[in-house]
Amino acid sequence: MLIKTLLSLTALTLTLTSCTKKQEAENSAGTTAAESSEILVGEYGSMTGGEATFGISTHQGIMLAFKEVNSSPEKLKGKTLKLLSLDDQGKPEEAATAVTKLITQDKVMAIIGEVASSRSLAAAPISQQYKVPMISPSSTNPKVTEVGDFIFRVCFIDPFQGTVMAKFAAENLKVKKVAIMRDVKSDYSVGLANYFKETFTKMGGSIVSEQTYVSNDIDFKAQLTSIKTSKPDAIFIPGYYTEVGLIARQARGLGLKVPLLGGDGWDSSKLFEIGKDSIVGSYFSNHYTTDTTDPRAKDFIAAFKKEFNAVPDGLAALGYDAAKVLIDAMKRSKSLTSSTDLRDAIASTKDFAGVTGMITVNEQRNATKSAVVVKVAGDNNTFVTTINP
Amino acid sequence: MEAFLQHIINGVSLGSIYALIALGYTMVYGILQLINFAHSDVYMIGAFIGFYSARWLNVSDAPGYGSFFSVLFIAMIGCSILGFTIERLAYRPLRKAPKLNALITAIGVSLFLEYSGQIVFGATPQVFPNILEDSIVATFGEVRVTKFDATILITTFALMLILRHIIQHTKLGKAMRATSFNGPWASLMGINVDRIISMTFVIGSALAAAGGILVGIKYPKIEPLMGVMIGLKAFVAAVLGGIGNIAGAVLGALIMGLAEEFVVGYGASTYRDALAFGILIIILLFKPAGLLGKFTVEKV
Repeated sequence: MLIKTLLSLTALTLTLTSCTKKQEAENSAGTTAAESSEILVGEYGSMTGGEATFGISTHQGIMLAFKEVNSSPEKLKGKTLKLLSLDDQGKPEEAATAVTKLITQDKVMAIIGEVASSRSLAAAPISQQYKVPMISPSSTNPKVTEVGDFIFRVCFIDPFQGTVMAKFAAENLKVKKVAIMRDVKSDYSVGLANYFKETFTKMGGSIVSEQTYVSNDIDFKAQLTSIKTSKPDAIFIPGYYTEVGLIARQARGLGLKVPLLGGDGWDSSKLFEIGKDSIVGSYFSNHYTTDTTDPRAKDFIAAFKKEFNAVPDGLAALGYDAAKVLIDAMKRSKSLTSSTDLRDAIASTKDFAGVTGMITVNEQRNATKSAVVVKVAGDNNTFVTTINP
Repeated sequence: MEAFLQHIINGVSLGSIYALIALGYTMVYGILQLINFAHSDVYMIGAFIGFYSARWLNVSDAPGYGSFFSVLFIAMIGCSILGFTIERLAYRPLRKAPKLNALITAIGVSLFLEYSGQIVFGATPQVFPNILEDSIVATFGEVRVTKFDATILITTFALMLILRHIIQHTKLGKAMRATSFNGPWASLMGINVDRIISMTFVIGSALAAAGGILVGIKYPKIEPLMGVMIGLKAFVAAVLGGIGNIAGAVLGALIMGLAEEFVVGYGASTYRDALAFGILIIILLFKPAGLLGKFTVEKV
């Protein structure tokens, strides 16, 4: 009886833990959508939580783009853009709540968000239901834009990213045996791992061990010990930076010295802070790199440094591009009151020169563009190669 | 075979962290029959005290046993004070109330600490300072024992032996055992029961702080909700070993650590947590009082 009570109490604790506060990064109280001099755009992202740097970077990128258009003389058809940001704490259920609030209470014209596919997938159906265009800056899971014709993205998708790393492993690193460690709780991680496996085995490589973990785990030694016995040439870990940092440390502690490979979920300065020397020398695919010669990207990096006193990561660049694509579409849109007009304008984006490359929105509402592979080298990452679609 | 040995070392290392936290649960339960749900959050606070004191002492980048022990000491003192305060403010006023009230209060304190932590420390994970450098202390073929593993294991067993000594061979321990056996009667014998209960919380919280620091050095990512899952597992370990029994808590924790390790290592890593709790159910079906929790066994 006691145990029964305890277990139900434990369940209660867990339930209570997940009902949480909502933080508003920028308070929107008192704004009415009717004000004609302003255009409201909603943003939802993980400003706090385990993937906080994702949300904050993206937010900064969007802010920069909005500031640029608002300070230009013609503004946006004479109107100013206003950004309303809500924090989803990195939880899908909070993302859904945030988007519902942005649409039904704040009556935003369009939505920008999220980084993580799990959260975009939770929020997209709501956007689609109310027919408010949503642009995800960096959700790479294919399912996101399959939700409906109001959902777009400005980044490449997992099949491509998984393929990039598989090609890179087989052709550039020339490895034959790879182990995979995926985060089973993340749509992104599972998707990437599957596409990697498919391409890599097709190219003649073999997957010698497949392990899983769950985000927020801290101990990965059991998985790594098993991986070690299968003697891989590299380990593919399509997870997020906090776990990857810990995995790298524990792998080196066990004497696993092979390079680690990953995706854009690694893109954070915390990766090196947590992983320290263990993560140096590993590779991941990304949307852009600061180690670049492209003048547009250079201008963006300079402007971003001036504004936020930090080097923009890939997510900041994609946040910036998402906002830029939206602004471009608003300029081309037949009207600024009809969401269908805006939707059509976004859908017709072609060869838009963003800082992460040329963006063309295709029929599946995804962006076709190239990816870069970078090598972790301390606080900075160095450019290794570009891989085209 | 090498993988097998490595799994054992990993499992023992993980289990000894669970053990440090499980000891706190089991001590308080032994004396008050109260599951102190806030215990795992005291552990979290311990890690954060370590984080800030390392900065304050300026040893964030000066690894060594000097830094380790000074940070450990400050965190244990800090958490002792916190444990004392929690007992004084939240549990003592409810001493005469039904047990369930105290249990609900414990959940309340737990949530209070977690969410205050999110406000004070921020919800973003912090990187624990580098107060101890990792290195390999022993290798058997391909099997490695790291300095962290060794430090964790030795610290846990040292603290457990000190605890055992306090309980079995000191006056305070005798009073604790008497209180555990029968509070009102102990009081009639001239034992200050309130003081003994305070001491129990002080000691338990100090152990939790040690757990926080050890986890911090080994897995350098700390955040306000870090206690939730590990606390749950330590609690299961305590129940598994027979809640109220000190050796049982350590045994239970080692079994949990090893079981998790082997499930992930040889089976499906997805079932890690499911199995941990599955074990609890099976053991309790056959031994409702836990592995060492016989009714004749001395409870503290």
